[in-house]
Amino acid sequence: MADYSHDTTHEHPENPIKYYIGVFGLLMVMTALTVFVAQFDLEEMFKHTPVLEHFSGILNAIVALTIAAIKALAVVLIFMHVRWSSRLTQVIAVSAVFWLLIMLSFTISDYITRGGWPTTLGQ
Amino acid sequence: MEQQKEAGMIGMWIFLVTEVMFFGGLFLAYTIYRTNYPEGFLYGSHLLNVKLGGTNTVVLIVSSLTMAMAVYYSQKGERKKLVTFLAITLVLGLVFLGIKYVEYSTKIHDHLFPAASLYHPVTPEENPTSEHAIPSNLQRPVQVFLWIYFLMTGLHALHMIIGAGLLTTMILMARKGRFTKNYNSPIEISGLYWHFVDIVWIFLFPLLYLTGFHLTASGH
Repeated sequence: MADYSHDTTHEHPENPIKYYIGVFGLLMVMTALTVFVAQFDLEEMFKHTPVLEHFSGILNAIVALTIAAIKALAVVLIFMHVRWSSRLTQVIAVSAVFWLLIMLSFTISDYITRGGWPTTLGQ
Repeated sequence: MEQQKEAGMIGMWIFLVTEVMFFGGLFLAYTIYRTNYPEGFLYGSHLLNVKLGGTNTVVLIVSSLTMAMAVYYSQKGERKKLVTFLAITLVLGLVFLGIKYVEYSTKIHDHLFPAASLYHPVTPEENPTSEHAIPSNLQRPVQVFLWIYFLMTGLHALHMIIGAGLLTTMILMARKGRFTKNYNSPIEISGLYWHFVDIVWIFLFPLLYLTGFHLTASGH
Protein backbone atom coordinates (compact mmCIF):
# COMPACT_ATOMS: atom_id res chain seq x y z
CA MET A 1 0.00 0.00 0.00
CA ALA A 2 1.35 3.39 -0.92
CA ASP A 3 2.29 5.57 1.98
CA TYR A 4 0.92 8.96 1.02
CA SER A 5 2.05 10.67 4.18
CA HIS A 6 5.58 11.11 2.80
CA ASP A 7 4.41 12.08 -0.67
CA THR A 8 4.45 15.78 0.12
CA THR A 9 6.69 18.35 -1.47
CA HIS A 10 6.93 20.50 1.67
CA GLU A 11 6.00 19.59 5.20
CA HIS A 12 3.04 21.47 6.57
CA PRO A 13 4.32 24.36 8.68
CA GLU A 14 3.79 23.98 12.41
CA ASN A 15 2.08 27.34 12.61
CA PRO A 16 0.44 28.34 9.30
CA ILE A 17 -1.51 31.24 10.82
CA LYS A 18 1.15 33.77 9.88
CA TYR A 19 0.83 32.62 6.25
CA TYR A 20 -2.96 32.99 6.44
CA ILE A 21 -2.70 36.51 7.83
CA GLY A 22 -0.16 37.33 5.12
CA VAL A 23 -2.46 36.12 2.34
CA PHE A 24 -5.37 38.01 3.92
CA GLY A 25 -3.29 41.22 3.89
CA LEU A 26 -2.26 40.63 0.27
CA LEU A 27 -5.89 40.06 -0.79
CA MET A 28 -7.05 43.27 0.90
CA VAL A 29 -4.22 45.36 -0.61
CA MET A 30 -4.80 43.88 -4.08
CA THR A 31 -8.56 44.58 -3.82
CA ALA A 32 -7.86 48.21 -2.94
CA LEU A 33 -5.34 48.40 -5.80
CA THR A 34 -7.72 47.00 -8.42
CA VAL A 35 -10.48 49.46 -7.37
CA PHE A 36 -7.96 52.34 -7.44
CA VAL A 37 -6.60 51.47 -10.90
CA ALA A 38 -10.14 50.99 -12.31
CA GLN A 39 -10.83 54.71 -11.77
CA PHE A 40 -8.46 55.57 -14.60
CA ASP A 41 -9.03 55.05 -18.30
CA LEU A 42 -5.68 53.44 -19.04
CA GLU A 43 -6.36 53.26 -22.80
CA GLU A 44 -6.79 57.03 -22.83
CA MET A 45 -3.70 57.59 -20.66
CA PHE A 46 -1.35 55.40 -22.69
CA LYS A 47 -2.67 55.82 -26.20
CA HIS A 48 0.58 57.50 -27.33
CA THR A 49 2.96 55.35 -25.27
CA PRO A 50 5.10 52.91 -27.29
CA VAL A 51 4.14 49.24 -26.86
CA LEU A 52 1.17 50.04 -24.59
CA GLU A 53 -0.66 51.82 -27.44
CA HIS A 54 -1.13 48.43 -29.13
CA PHE A 55 -3.21 47.22 -26.19
CA SER A 56 -5.92 49.81 -26.68
CA GLY A 57 -9.31 48.64 -25.48
CA ILE A 58 -7.98 45.89 -23.19
CA LEU A 59 -5.38 47.63 -21.01
CA ASN A 60 -7.75 48.04 -18.03
CA ALA A 61 -8.86 44.41 -18.41
CA ILE A 62 -5.25 43.15 -18.51
CA VAL A 63 -4.37 44.98 -15.27
CA ALA A 64 -7.59 43.81 -13.55
CA LEU A 65 -7.07 40.17 -14.62
CA THR A 66 -3.40 40.18 -13.58
CA ILE A 67 -4.34 41.39 -10.10
CA ALA A 68 -7.18 38.82 -9.92
CA ALA A 69 -4.82 36.02 -11.00
CA ILE A 70 -2.30 36.94 -8.27
CA LYS A 71 -5.10 36.93 -5.68
CA ALA A 72 -6.40 33.56 -6.91
CA LEU A 73 -2.89 32.07 -6.85
CA ALA A 74 -2.38 33.18 -3.24
CA VAL A 75 -5.71 31.59 -2.21
CA VAL A 76 -4.90 28.32 -4.02
CA LEU A 77 -1.35 28.02 -2.68
CA ILE A 78 -1.94 28.97 0.96
CA PHE A 79 -5.65 28.84 1.90
CA MET A 80 -6.18 25.67 -0.16
CA HIS A 81 -2.82 24.24 1.00
CA VAL A 82 -1.61 23.37 -2.51
CA ARG A 83 1.88 24.52 -1.57
CA TRP A 84 1.99 21.74 1.03
CA SER A 85 -0.10 19.15 -0.86
CA SER A 86 0.91 15.93 -2.58
CA ARG A 87 2.29 16.09 -6.11
CA LEU A 88 -0.90 14.49 -7.42
CA THR A 89 -3.06 17.27 -5.95
CA GLN A 90 -0.73 19.87 -7.42
CA VAL A 91 -0.95 18.30 -10.87
CA ILE A 92 -4.77 18.27 -10.68
CA ALA A 93 -4.82 21.94 -9.65
CA VAL A 94 -2.55 22.89 -12.56
CA SER A 95 -4.65 20.78 -14.95
CA ALA A 96 -7.68 22.96 -14.17
CA VAL A 97 -5.84 26.01 -15.52
CA PHE A 98 -4.58 23.96 -18.47
CA TRP A 99 -8.07 22.77 -19.56
CA LEU A 100 -9.47 26.25 -19.03
CA LEU A 101 -6.81 27.80 -21.27
CA ILE A 102 -7.50 25.18 -23.97
CA MET A 103 -11.21 26.01 -23.91
CA LEU A 104 -10.63 29.78 -23.98
CA SER A 105 -7.84 29.87 -26.58
CA PHE A 106 -9.35 27.36 -29.03
CA THR A 107 -12.80 28.95 -28.93
CA ILE A 108 -11.50 32.49 -29.32
CA SER A 109 -9.10 31.52 -32.12
CA ASP A 110 -12.07 29.91 -33.86
CA TYR A 111 -14.04 33.16 -33.61
CA ILE A 112 -11.08 35.21 -34.83
CA THR A 113 -10.38 33.06 -37.89
CA ARG A 114 -14.01 32.72 -39.00
CA GLY A 115 -15.75 36.06 -38.92
CA GLY A 116 -13.04 38.39 -37.72
CA TRP A 117 -12.76 39.85 -34.27
CA PRO A 118 -14.97 41.32 -32.98
CA THR A 119 -17.42 38.79 -34.35
CA THR A 120 -20.51 39.69 -36.31
CA LEU A 121 -22.71 38.07 -33.68
CA GLY A 122 -26.18 39.56 -33.66
CA GLN A 123 -25.43 42.20 -36.25
CA MET B 1 -6.59 6.51 7.23
CA GLU B 2 -4.05 8.77 5.60
CA GLN B 3 -4.72 7.18 2.23
CA GLN B 4 -8.49 7.55 2.65
CA LYS B 5 -8.05 11.20 3.46
CA GLU B 6 -5.83 11.77 0.43
CA ALA B 7 -8.36 10.00 -1.81
CA GLY B 8 -11.15 12.24 -0.49
CA MET B 9 -9.16 15.41 -1.05
CA ILE B 10 -8.24 14.36 -4.60
CA GLY B 11 -11.88 13.60 -5.34
CA MET B 12 -12.77 17.13 -4.22
CA TRP B 13 -10.00 18.62 -6.36
CA ILE B 14 -11.29 16.78 -9.43
CA PHE B 15 -14.77 18.13 -8.71
CA LEU B 16 -13.26 21.63 -8.47
CA VAL B 17 -11.66 21.14 -11.92
CA THR B 18 -15.14 20.51 -13.32
CA GLU B 19 -16.34 23.63 -11.51
CA VAL B 20 -13.53 25.66 -13.10
CA MET B 21 -14.72 24.47 -16.52
CA PHE B 22 -18.33 25.29 -15.61
CA PHE B 23 -17.58 28.89 -14.65
CA GLY B 24 -14.92 29.01 -17.39
CA GLY B 25 -17.64 28.58 -20.01
CA LEU B 26 -19.43 31.60 -18.56
CA PHE B 27 -16.23 33.66 -18.57
CA LEU B 28 -15.79 32.64 -22.20
CA ALA B 29 -19.31 33.90 -22.99
CA TYR B 30 -18.44 37.11 -21.13
CA THR B 31 -15.30 37.58 -23.27
CA ILE B 32 -17.09 37.02 -26.58
CA TYR B 33 -20.05 39.27 -25.77
CA ARG B 34 -17.83 41.98 -24.30
CA THR B 35 -15.79 42.04 -27.53
CA ASN B 36 -19.01 42.36 -29.50
CA TYR B 37 -20.65 44.98 -27.32
CA PRO B 38 -17.84 46.98 -25.66
CA GLU B 39 -20.03 50.05 -25.08
CA GLY B 40 -22.85 47.93 -23.67
CA PHE B 41 -20.45 46.34 -21.18
CA LEU B 42 -18.87 49.65 -20.16
CA TYR B 43 -22.25 51.29 -19.68
CA GLY B 44 -23.81 48.25 -18.02
CA SER B 45 -20.88 47.87 -15.65
CA HIS B 46 -21.20 51.43 -14.47
CA LEU B 47 -24.84 50.75 -13.52
CA LEU B 48 -23.58 48.34 -10.83
CA ASN B 49 -22.89 49.53 -7.29
CA VAL B 50 -19.12 49.36 -6.72
CA LYS B 51 -19.51 50.12 -3.00
CA LEU B 52 -21.78 47.12 -2.43
CA GLY B 53 -19.71 44.89 -4.73
CA GLY B 54 -16.50 45.99 -3.01
CA THR B 55 -18.00 45.40 0.44
CA ASN B 56 -18.96 41.90 -0.65
CA THR B 57 -15.41 41.31 -1.91
CA VAL B 58 -14.02 42.23 1.52
CA VAL B 59 -16.69 40.10 3.26
CA LEU B 60 -15.64 37.08 1.18
CA ILE B 61 -11.92 37.65 1.80
CA VAL B 62 -12.49 37.80 5.56
CA SER B 63 -14.68 34.67 5.34
CA SER B 64 -11.89 32.85 3.49
CA LEU B 65 -9.49 33.73 6.31
CA THR B 66 -11.93 32.50 8.98
CA MET B 67 -12.51 29.31 6.96
CA ALA B 68 -8.75 28.68 6.80
CA MET B 69 -8.63 29.21 10.59
CA ALA B 70 -11.49 26.72 11.06
CA VAL B 71 -9.59 24.09 9.05
CA TYR B 72 -6.46 24.80 11.12
CA TYR B 73 -8.28 24.31 14.44
CA SER B 74 -9.93 21.13 13.13
CA GLN B 75 -6.41 19.80 12.46
CA LYS B 76 -5.47 20.72 16.02
CA GLY B 77 -8.60 19.04 17.36
CA GLU B 78 -9.80 22.22 19.12
CA ARG B 79 -13.53 21.78 18.86
CA LYS B 80 -14.64 25.10 20.40
CA LYS B 81 -12.47 27.24 18.14
CA LEU B 82 -13.48 25.12 15.14
CA VAL B 83 -17.18 25.77 15.79
CA THR B 84 -16.54 29.48 16.43
CA PHE B 85 -14.67 30.03 13.16
CA LEU B 86 -17.17 27.96 11.16
CA ALA B 87 -19.97 30.09 12.63
CA ILE B 88 -18.19 33.37 11.76
CA THR B 89 -17.65 32.08 8.20
CA LEU B 90 -21.34 31.16 7.92
CA VAL B 91 -22.45 34.59 9.17
CA LEU B 92 -20.15 36.32 6.64
CA GLY B 93 -21.57 34.13 3.87
CA LEU B 94 -25.08 35.18 4.87
CA VAL B 95 -24.01 38.86 4.93
CA PHE B 96 -22.75 38.41 1.36
CA LEU B 97 -26.10 36.94 0.28
CA GLY B 98 -27.97 39.74 2.06
CA ILE B 99 -26.01 42.42 0.19
CA LYS B 100 -26.55 40.50 -3.06
CA TYR B 101 -30.28 40.50 -2.33
CA VAL B 102 -30.22 44.30 -1.91
CA GLU B 103 -28.38 44.68 -5.23
CA TYR B 104 -30.78 42.39 -7.09
CA SER B 105 -33.90 44.06 -5.72
CA THR B 106 -32.55 47.50 -6.65
CA LYS B 107 -31.99 46.32 -10.23
CA ILE B 108 -35.47 44.79 -10.41
CA HIS B 109 -36.98 47.96 -8.92
CA ASP B 110 -35.16 50.05 -11.56
CA HIS B 111 -36.66 47.81 -14.29
CA LEU B 112 -33.19 46.51 -15.16
CA PHE B 113 -33.82 42.79 -14.74
CA PRO B 114 -33.06 41.80 -18.33
CA ALA B 115 -36.01 39.42 -18.93
CA ALA B 116 -38.93 40.33 -21.19
CA SER B 117 -41.24 42.99 -19.75
CA LEU B 118 -39.18 43.35 -16.57
CA TYR B 119 -36.60 45.17 -18.69
CA HIS B 120 -37.76 48.62 -19.65
CA PRO B 121 -35.11 51.14 -18.58
CA VAL B 122 -35.77 54.86 -18.85
CA THR B 123 -33.79 56.91 -21.35
CA PRO B 124 -31.86 60.07 -20.37
CA GLU B 125 -34.40 62.08 -22.42
CA GLU B 126 -37.31 60.73 -20.37
CA ASN B 127 -35.60 61.29 -17.03
CA PRO B 128 -32.41 63.42 -17.13
CA THR B 129 -31.71 63.05 -13.38
CA SER B 130 -32.03 59.25 -13.27
CA GLU B 131 -28.82 57.41 -12.42
CA HIS B 132 -29.97 54.24 -14.13
CA ALA B 133 -31.11 55.72 -17.43
CA ILE B 134 -29.79 54.06 -20.58
CA PRO B 135 -29.66 55.75 -24.02
CA SER B 136 -32.02 53.91 -26.39
CA ASN B 137 -29.23 52.83 -28.77
CA LEU B 138 -27.43 51.09 -25.85
CA GLN B 139 -30.45 49.39 -24.28
CA ARG B 140 -30.00 46.10 -26.18
CA PRO B 141 -26.21 45.78 -25.59
CA VAL B 142 -26.68 46.68 -21.90
CA GLN B 143 -29.38 44.01 -21.69
CA VAL B 144 -26.79 41.46 -22.88
CA PHE B 145 -24.41 42.64 -20.14
CA LEU B 146 -27.14 42.40 -17.51
CA TRP B 147 -27.95 38.84 -18.61
CA ILE B 148 -24.30 37.88 -18.13
CA TYR B 149 -24.28 39.74 -14.78
CA PHE B 150 -27.38 38.01 -13.41
CA LEU B 151 -26.35 34.60 -14.76
CA MET B 152 -22.81 34.68 -13.37
CA THR B 153 -23.55 36.30 -10.01
CA GLY B 154 -26.72 34.19 -9.69
CA LEU B 155 -24.80 30.94 -10.15
CA HIS B 156 -22.13 32.24 -7.79
CA ALA B 157 -24.83 33.08 -5.22
CA LEU B 158 -26.23 29.55 -5.66
CA HIS B 159 -22.78 28.22 -4.80
CA MET B 160 -22.75 30.49 -1.74
CA ILE B 161 -26.13 29.08 -0.63
CA ILE B 162 -24.81 25.53 -1.03
CA GLY B 163 -21.68 26.58 0.89
CA ALA B 164 -23.82 28.01 3.70
CA GLY B 165 -25.68 24.68 3.84
CA LEU B 166 -22.37 22.81 4.04
CA LEU B 167 -21.16 25.10 6.83
CA THR B 168 -24.38 24.62 8.79
CA THR B 169 -23.96 20.85 8.52
CA MET B 170 -20.31 21.09 9.57
CA ILE B 171 -21.20 23.23 12.62
CA LEU B 172 -23.84 20.70 13.72
CA MET B 173 -21.44 17.78 13.24
CA ALA B 174 -18.58 19.57 14.99
CA ARG B 175 -20.80 20.40 17.98
CA LYS B 176 -21.62 16.72 18.31
CA GLY B 177 -17.89 16.01 18.42
CA ARG B 178 -17.79 14.13 15.14
CA PHE B 179 -14.36 15.48 14.22
CA THR B 180 -11.02 14.68 15.80
CA LYS B 181 -7.40 15.50 15.10
CA ASN B 182 -7.26 12.36 12.94
CA TYR B 183 -10.61 12.73 11.21
CA ASN B 184 -11.43 16.17 9.79
CA SER B 185 -11.81 15.47 6.05
CA PRO B 186 -15.34 16.95 5.75
CA ILE B 187 -14.05 20.24 7.20
CA GLU B 188 -11.06 20.34 4.84
CA ILE B 189 -13.24 19.51 1.83
CA SER B 190 -15.81 22.18 2.77
CA GLY B 191 -12.87 24.59 3.11
CA LEU B 192 -11.67 23.84 -0.41
CA TYR B 193 -15.20 24.48 -1.74
CA TRP B 194 -15.52 27.77 0.16
CA HIS B 195 -12.15 29.05 -1.11
CA PHE B 196 -13.07 28.07 -4.67
CA VAL B 197 -16.27 30.13 -4.49
CA ASP B 198 -14.17 33.04 -3.20
CA ILE B 199 -11.83 32.70 -6.22
CA VAL B 200 -14.79 32.90 -8.63
CA TRP B 201 -15.81 36.19 -6.99
CA ILE B 202 -12.21 37.47 -7.21
CA PHE B 203 -12.63 37.37 -11.00
CA LEU B 204 -16.29 38.43 -11.13
CA PHE B 205 -15.81 41.63 -9.13
CA PRO B 206 -13.34 43.43 -11.46
CA LEU B 207 -14.89 42.05 -14.67
CA LEU B 208 -18.46 43.03 -13.79
CA TYR B 209 -18.25 45.97 -11.38
CA LEU B 210 -15.00 47.73 -12.27
CA THR B 211 -15.05 47.55 -16.08
CA GLY B 212 -16.99 50.81 -16.37
CA PHE B 213 -15.82 52.33 -13.08
CA HIS B 214 -13.69 55.03 -14.75
CA LEU B 215 -16.86 56.30 -16.42
CA THR B 216 -18.39 56.99 -13.00
CA ALA B 217 -15.17 58.38 -11.53
CA SER B 218 -14.61 60.90 -14.32
CA GLY B 219 -18.23 62.03 -14.17
CA HIS B 220 -19.67 60.68 -17.43
